[in-house]
Amino acid sequence: MDAIILQILNGLDKGSAYALIALGLTLIFGTLGVVNFAHGALFMIGSFCAVTVQRILSVSFKTVDPSKTDFLGNPSTYDTPYVVHWFGPEFGAGIIDWSVPLAILFAIPIMIAIGFIMERGLIKHFYKRPHADQILVTFGLAIVLQEVIKYYYGANPIQTGAPEVFRGSFDFGVLLGFDPNVIIYPYWRLVYFAFAAVIISAVFAFLQFTTFGMVVRAGMADRETVGLLGINIDKRFTIMFGLAAAVAGLAGVMYAPINAPNYHMGMDFLVLSFVVVVVGGMGSLPGAVLAGFLLGILESFASMTQVIDLIPGINQIIIYVVAIIVLLTRPRGLMGRKGVMEE
Amino acid sequence: MFGLEKKDATLLLIVAVLTMCAPFILNPFPSDSGLAQFNAGYPDLMQRFVIFGIFAIGFNILFGLTGYLSFGHAAFLGVGSYSAVWMFKLLSMNVIPAILLSVIVAGAFALIIGFVSLRRSGIYFSILTLAFAQMSFALAYSVLTPITNGETGLQLSLNDPRILGTSISADGGIPVTQLFGIEMRSTYAMDVGPWLFQFNAGYYLCAILLLLAFYLSIRIFRSPFGLMLRAVKSNQQRMNYTGLNARPYTLAAFVISGMYAGLAGGLLASMDPLAGAERMQWTASGEVVLMTILGGAGTLIGPVLGAGFIKYFENIFSKINDNVLHQWFAFMPDGLEDFMVTIVHPFVGKGWSLTLGLMFMAVVIFLPGGLVEGGQKIGKLFRRKKAAEDTSPAAKTPAE
Amino acid sequence: MSKMNLTRRGVIKTGAVAGAGLALPTYLSAAAHSGYTNAPTGDTVTLGFNVPQSGPYADEGADELRAFELAVEHLNGEGDGGMLSTFSSKALDGTGILGKKVTFVTGDTQTKSDAARASAKSMIEKDGAIMISGGSSSGVAVAVQGLCQEAGVVFMAGLTHSNDTTGKDKKANGFRHFFNAYMSAAALAPVLKNLYGADRAAYHLTADYTWGWTQQESIQAATEALGWRTVNNVLTPLAATDFSSYITPVLNSGADVLVLNHYGGNMVNSLTNAVQFGLRDKQVNGKNFEIVVPLYSELMAKGAGANIKGIVGSQNWDWKLENQMGAKYTGTNAFVQSFGNKYGFPPSQAAQTCYAQTLLYADAAARAGTFNPCAIGEALAGFEFDGLGNGPTLYRADDHQCFKDVLVVKGAENPEDEFHLVEIVEVTPTEQVTYDPNHPMFAGGALGACNPGA
Repeated sequence: MDAIILQILNGLDKGSAYALIALGLTLIFGTLGVVNFAHGALFMIGSFCAVTVQRILSVSFKTVDPSKTDFLGNPSTYDTPYVVHWFGPEFGAGIIDWSVPLAILFAIPIMIAIGFIMERGLIKHFYKRPHADQILVTFGLAIVLQEVIKYYYGANPIQTGAPEVFRGSFDFGVLLGFDPNVIIYPYWRLVYFAFAAVIISAVFAFLQFTTFGMVVRAGMADRETVGLLGINIDKRFTIMFGLAAAVAGLAGVMYAPINAPNYHMGMDFLVLSFVVVVVGGMGSLPGAVLAGFLLGILESFASMTQVIDLIPGINQIIIYVVAIIVLLTRPRGLMGRKGVMEE
Repeated sequence: MFGLEKKDATLLLIVAVLTMCAPFILNPFPSDSGLAQFNAGYPDLMQRFVIFGIFAIGFNILFGLTGYLSFGHAAFLGVGSYSAVWMFKLLSMNVIPAILLSVIVAGAFALIIGFVSLRRSGIYFSILTLAFAQMSFALAYSVLTPITNGETGLQLSLNDPRILGTSISADGGIPVTQLFGIEMRSTYAMDVGPWLFQFNAGYYLCAILLLLAFYLSIRIFRSPFGLMLRAVKSNQQRMNYTGLNARPYTLAAFVISGMYAGLAGGLLASMDPLAGAERMQWTASGEVVLMTILGGAGTLIGPVLGAGFIKYFENIFSKINDNVLHQWFAFMPDGLEDFMVTIVHPFVGKGWSLTLGLMFMAVVIFLPGGLVEGGQKIGKLFRRKKAAEDTSPAAKTPAE
Repeated sequence: MSKMNLTRRGVIKTGAVAGAGLALPTYLSAAAHSGYTNAPTGDTVTLGFNVPQSGPYADEGADELRAFELAVEHLNGEGDGGMLSTFSSKALDGTGILGKKVTFVTGDTQTKSDAARASAKSMIEKDGAIMISGGSSSGVAVAVQGLCQEAGVVFMAGLTHSNDTTGKDKKANGFRHFFNAYMSAAALAPVLKNLYGADRAAYHLTADYTWGWTQQESIQAATEALGWRTVNNVLTPLAATDFSSYITPVLNSGADVLVLNHYGGNMVNSLTNAVQFGLRDKQVNGKNFEIVVPLYSELMAKGAGANIKGIVGSQNWDWKLENQMGAKYTGTNAFVQSFGNKYGFPPSQAAQTCYAQTLLYADAAARAGTFNPCAIGEALAGFEFDGLGNGPTLYRADDHQCFKDVLVVKGAENPEDEFHLVEIVEVTPTEQVTYDPNHPMFAGGALGACNPGA
């Protein structure tokens, strides 16, 4: 029983990441109709926003320590971060410790700006081009973005820890009447889940309850008519793109403490995020979120020993098996709309 | 000629001349010059050019004609490679049975996957093919290791039975792949002054198969069957209303294109008897999609150009290191030399993928029809020039 | 009917080739008659360094490449000579190899067998490379080793840890300086017993491919011989990024040791996740819960950050070896000095093995008096040497595997800087990690005959 509850928690946690990435992707792909292969790269850049903030906060000056020598036999030096120097060891170190949450503030404008630039500078010209061309240009962009990151940060993963207070685990089992230390879950992963819930609700609320959202939804349904009504739908689509980039970026920032960011993490998530969006159904935001959590939970269950013993290798292919079953039984995914990307 | 229209026959002839003379064309720089780095006329890369050309031609039969974007085509390439290597292990080192088996197995595999996947269209079809290919990859890498040898890739060994051949060659090694005694790796090297040209038996086998594959693809494009496939692309609904069922046609196209991929996989294994699971990964499937779009989807020659383009960058640019750069810019004053090296450095060697990414973007932005359009533009430029000076007798050189 | 070869300056007579009848002035290259592939004709000899430059191991590949460049410098008599001065064999004199200046070409393996073979082939066919070295994974090493065997050039393996490289996939033309999974297990087991006792229950998480399996098999055998129990072994997909669903079953499994048979990014993520779930602070069966990572490297330690503290593993070499364990490991400091002066940081174990392999190749050629791969193979087989940083070492003739001391290391609790993330716990003597060439974990292959190519 405890094992199952733990796997549900794992599934919700994985699902949060999948749902957030798929949410951003489906805004661009399922609604603007642009096949965006650079979406994984946006997620990766979000993670590297966290790395960058950590680096900036840790910018240090060197002091020579003549009592020790370094590996070449020269007098060794030690680093003091400027923030520690300015704000004292306690508060200064505290700021560095909180670099991931601080990175959220940094990432929002950066990601929106990247989204705007991408849409205005590149994607705008591809709305009417075939999907094949969109694939080529966004895949090219994804390679360029990840190579630029590799050039500056290297290929090795970079640890970007959560603040001290979020390390350690929460004893979930006690709440449910289990013995202590049976069902524990790391605080930061719970934070990630809560964060995902907030972002997802915010996006839904934004599209549901604002005039802007109403126009965008109308534009997705029938772009031409909305255009004829004298509403500048292009501008709104730009904003949508910025929003999608921000969602992907924030998913990345918060993911950095869970797994150390590396330059190719975007590609690792790319295929998966397309599968999630399509299983959810093209053009459906709730579908993407639902599929994200569904695949997350099933993936977690498939990795249990009991399941692997039953079907060897199932943990390798569960995502794809589910995708095939869903697409064969439900022609447009879980909640897809008719006629979106079906031709 | 061969039942082709004049235009197509000319194209086929040009391709034939290009492939047959590739050892010259791809080695334009003397081997001792700094530019020799850009020579691509060595057997392995030439083989890769034509093999991936075949792969892309096959992919284009499905994608270019029907518009169905398969994102799992690499699975057929991988299955073809595995079948071929197993043939070398069990039967003999002759490439004919290996290639035949790889085409048949890939065709059967494509029939099953196609039958299921073609129940859906558009993006749903793409994701279904992707899912099947990724499953094949993941299983080949892990659970199916007894058949695929997993991470290491399926290789020949001295203990293989090889019923119709020998397990161990006379000199104690593993026998090499051959076609009735002609070893695939045998190379005739020709030194012409500072140039070195290599004629490789395996390459010419691949090249001949490429020409056959290309010819067949022209015939398909121009046939009533091809017309039917185009109809699927332009408006499947209308086709259905006229009472035609599109499925058998698309399935046939899918299987043919899968067999092309199997042929490519079998050839890869025949040139170099190893089959690795990465051949089936989504990145490999994505690569053939990129090759086709980059060259020009739906055109006859485009996919071959796209394949050559990507393989060239992967194999040539990745080998340019700082040493080579310093050699190139050695004629400049020191400061300028270092400056040039610093500027070029991020784009070559380990940065080859950056250059490739930039080229993808540049091509799709400036040449919406792919590389083929680039060729046409250049062609037009020449024609205009020709038209202007058509009084000169030189302009009237016969085409053939 | 035709003389076969893969070579660039290869042999001629074959009727198979169309276009042979072209009436162009041709002449037959003299090298064709020297009897082996890519025999160097001019005053230079070309080595091929095939390392991962893209993909997850790109940083490790970059470090290997630095070491290769340094080795070439030293062979050509530039720089401070590095380990040439401490190397027990004195056949090399800093004038290149056999009087020929050493040049090199580089390529990208992408950590894919296919790409690695393509890159190696281009070096052999186009650039005339006579030796291929490098690599950062066993799949690639085995694939390229097979290619070099067919082509008739020498393969000096880089970082490859699977038993198979010199086990069931060994080849006469291939040589490995790096240690392997069996040695890791043999070195780790006694130390684990000392540190954690003989009554332990281990839970294995294993990367689901051949290297992971051989390492898991080795560690399980070695620890069970000490009296440990193996609670479970779960195979994780290579593509996994989040290991939470593999870690949580460990929590209540009754195991008190977690063995992570992962490498590179997989290891960084699985270790990070294990620490997140509080495994390092856990108490099971009245004992502290422990995590073991059998193979690790400085780069992985850097990637894992603070999570690596106190985690035990094994290494082939470490730059602090001579300083801490004495002059037996001479060469280490000489290498660290020249590497550090050139690049500003100490070399990794991948760099050391690649540097040593280059020197060993050059030395073997010098002693053999030829670049013929068969003669070089004879010179390397059974060769005993010292002064390359690992102490006295034997290149065993039976399987072309080096036998030398193995380091048991631990993540430092309070590293003084980023170069001291790993500290040496113990050095396990050669005898303890030596095994019979017919050991079942290495059985099933044969070196075969050496192939000189042309």
